[in-house]
Amino acid sequence: MFEILEKKNLNPFVTLMKIKAPRVAKKAEPGQFIILRTDSEGERIPLTIADYDRSEGSVTIIFQIVGATTEKLNRLNKGDCLHDFVGPLGKATETEGLKKVAVIGGGVGCAIAFPVAKKLHEMGVEVHSIVGFRNKDLVILEDEFRTASSRFMLMSDDGSAGEKGLVTDALRKLVESGEKYDRVITIGPLIMMKFVCQLTKEYNIPTVASMNPVMIDGTGMCGGCRLTVGGKTKFACIDGPEFDGHLIDFDEAMARSSSYKAFERKAHEDTCNLFKGVK
Amino acid sequence: MANMSLEKNKMPAQSPEERIKNFSEVALGYTEEQAIDEAKRCLNCKNKPCVTGCPVQIDIPAFIAEVAEGRFEEAYKIITKSSSLPAVCGRVCPQETQCESKCVRGAKGEPVAIGRLERFVADRHNSLAEISTEKPASNGHKAAVIGSGPSSLTCAGDLAKKGYDVTVFEALHVAGGVLSYGIPEFRLPKSIVQREIEGLKALGVKIETNTVVGKTVSIDELMDEEGFESVFIGSGAGLPRFMNIPGENLNGVYSTNEFLTRINLMKAYKSDSTTPINAGTKAVIVGGGNVAMDAARCAKRLGADVTIVYRRTEKELPARAEEIEHTKEEGIKFEFLTNPVEITASENGWAKSVICQKMELSEPDASGRAKPVPIEGAFVEIEADCVIMSIGTSPNPLIKSTTEGLAAQSWGGIIADENGLTSREGVYAGGDAVTGAATVILAMGAGKKAAAAMDEYMKNK
Ligand SMILES: Cc1cc2nc3c(=O)[nH]c(=O)nc-3n(C[C@H](O)[C@H](O)[C@H](O)COP(=O)(O)OP(=O)(O)OC[C@H]3O[C@@H](n4cnc5c(N)ncnc54)[C@H](O)[C@@H]3O)c2cc1C
Ligand code: FES
Repeated sequence: MFEILEKKNLNPFVTLMKIKAPRVAKKAEPGQFIILRTDSEGERIPLTIADYDRSEGSVTIIFQIVGATTEKLNRLNKGDCLHDFVGPLGKATETEGLKKVAVIGGGVGCAIAFPVAKKLHEMGVEVHSIVGFRNKDLVILEDEFRTASSRFMLMSDDGSAGEKGLVTDALRKLVESGEKYDRVITIGPLIMMKFVCQLTKEYNIPTVASMNPVMIDGTGMCGGCRLTVGGKTKFACIDGPEFDGHLIDFDEAMARSSSYKAFERKAHEDTCNLFKGVK
Repeated sequence: MANMSLEKNKMPAQSPEERIKNFSEVALGYTEEQAIDEAKRCLNCKNKPCVTGCPVQIDIPAFIAEVAEGRFEEAYKIITKSSSLPAVCGRVCPQETQCESKCVRGAKGEPVAIGRLERFVADRHNSLAEISTEKPASNGHKAAVIGSGPSSLTCAGDLAKKGYDVTVFEALHVAGGVLSYGIPEFRLPKSIVQREIEGLKALGVKIETNTVVGKTVSIDELMDEEGFESVFIGSGAGLPRFMNIPGENLNGVYSTNEFLTRINLMKAYKSDSTTPINAGTKAVIVGGGNVAMDAARCAKRLGADVTIVYRRTEKELPARAEEIEHTKEEGIKFEFLTNPVEITASENGWAKSVICQKMELSEPDASGRAKPVPIEGAFVEIEADCVIMSIGTSPNPLIKSTTEGLAAQSWGGIIADENGLTSREGVYAGGDAVTGAATVILAMGAGKKAAAAMDEYMKNK
């Protein structure tokens, strides 16, 4: 059992939780993820590690309420326990030798992008962060990004927060204005990462994208998380989650991520109906 | 008087029409009368040929003699001298290539149903005996066991009985290894596996699930920082192989590990499960082992029309005879000498059909094995919106890559001597992690041997 030490709503759809998991905290690095189950009948879902505190033995996760399981997770409060919590899984973000990096986050992906930006910043790397949201109500971690970045650009689809436009517009602007990055790190919706990678390919900037496909075990046992990178099949849970963005087959990844859409929608509705009564 | 019937007592079973609608156990087990009657078919041969066919040398004629006399607990004691998991092995061992293949009665007629008797004895014991709550006196030594499949369960149990303080580290949220996540409920009820695990806990074994050794903690940390004097690696062979053919990453294409894990571990077959599964309307399973039969039978129970595609002939099917028989009875089709070369897609990105190359068997080569070779230009297309790849697994490289000085074969198997000792002092290994995908009984035997060697090592340290 893994106790919830802290819970905070970052916006109406995104929640932060700090979980007591000393073994995971001891080993966690930015870029890695955990898999959890809320209860003994629950589904296994992967979430990226947003932060960790080795001395306290805690791991922070940030999640968007998108389906039945995240809905259930969000119903839990400080003092409640998660049934299962395993990690850290996957490879840590490679940061060696970097001098100047653009970190590009979209939506809840910013929760994953932030620890990467923070670590790079602490290492003395010059970090430019570009984060995008649909509108101002969905903005998360703005202050945190500001303190970890020497340049920060906030974008929103409707212009209600920061500038109106896409993260790719901001990136193009920065590059055109003469900024030179040795790497772009992008984390967010598949479609956003696809376009970021297309753009950086144009400018020849090495880019890594963090993938979060369907997973079960997270140890290389099921192959459910597979994707095609440079024509080869890779397992996101052990070979990733970060891959060379210029080699990822995003179209395939998008098709695979939709395999259970109908089931998830139904499960989500069922869960919402279930909770309607108890509210 | 010996029972000279040429045939085994039939195993009571759910009828095919009934069982394809549920996930309950298919074979129901002998009654006492059936067991005694079957035991009387044993001629109690002096030279015990059956024992030579048993990977762990159970004294088969001795236990069967006790069954014939109705002394079932005595029979149980004889079996458990050599085997820790009789209720499991009685159900899943390939008896027809092991003990029963050597049975003298098999020369004319069917061999004695050794597996069914083993199962009977174990089930009867389990239904009557409470799990003992007596903890052996501690000897003050600490051992770690990685994984919780049959090799690990056996190793942990044997060490705990000798007084070791044993902790099992399992990556998944449930213990049991393949017994829990792979072999379906209808062949091996999970309550049997749970009972084994409860038995271990009663002996004082601690089970830490959700711990991926190599990620959450390393073997070196377990030994240097946490005080484990010896470690057993029973991490299995869980890495699925794919064929690397076009279309393999389409929606609806699974490795058997994923398909079976969703069903067995995550209970996706239950209507209230939060884990989805999609067996489609037409499922094609590629492969011919137990794993393929299990996947096929699960897909059938989920309502699909199922075809097994195998590149050799029926004779070469590596699955247990009983599984093949049950599979056929359940109306699952076989396409032999057929090898997939491509999976085609529907407009919405799901699998639509499997295009297969027809094969023929070559003349046997020097090793005596005939190879399947393509018949040029001969292809068939089989409609399928679900395709399950059951073409084998190999050991996960995680432990090897995170344990310095641990020698492994190029294909991933950890190198260990006959007692399970690896290239690292105090570190032992066994089961599928060493041999590659094999059998429950071999894994169990390896766990036993390693436990004895670890005992020697820790005592003399
Ligand atoms: C579907 C299926 C059907 C089968 N049917 C039969 C049959 O009928 N008869 C038969 O004899 N055999 C059968 N087998 C084979 C048999 O199940 C295996 O040979 C046997 O289970 C191997 O046991 P093991 O102890 O080596 O490992 P496993 O049972 O594979 O267990 C290994 C365990 O280690 C865990 N693990 C792996 N890596 C780590 C890590 N780094 N840290 C912590 N834990 C880890 C895994 O999660 C797993 O739980 C079947 C296998 C499958 C998949
Ligand atoms: S999640 Fe199962 S192999 Fe990656």
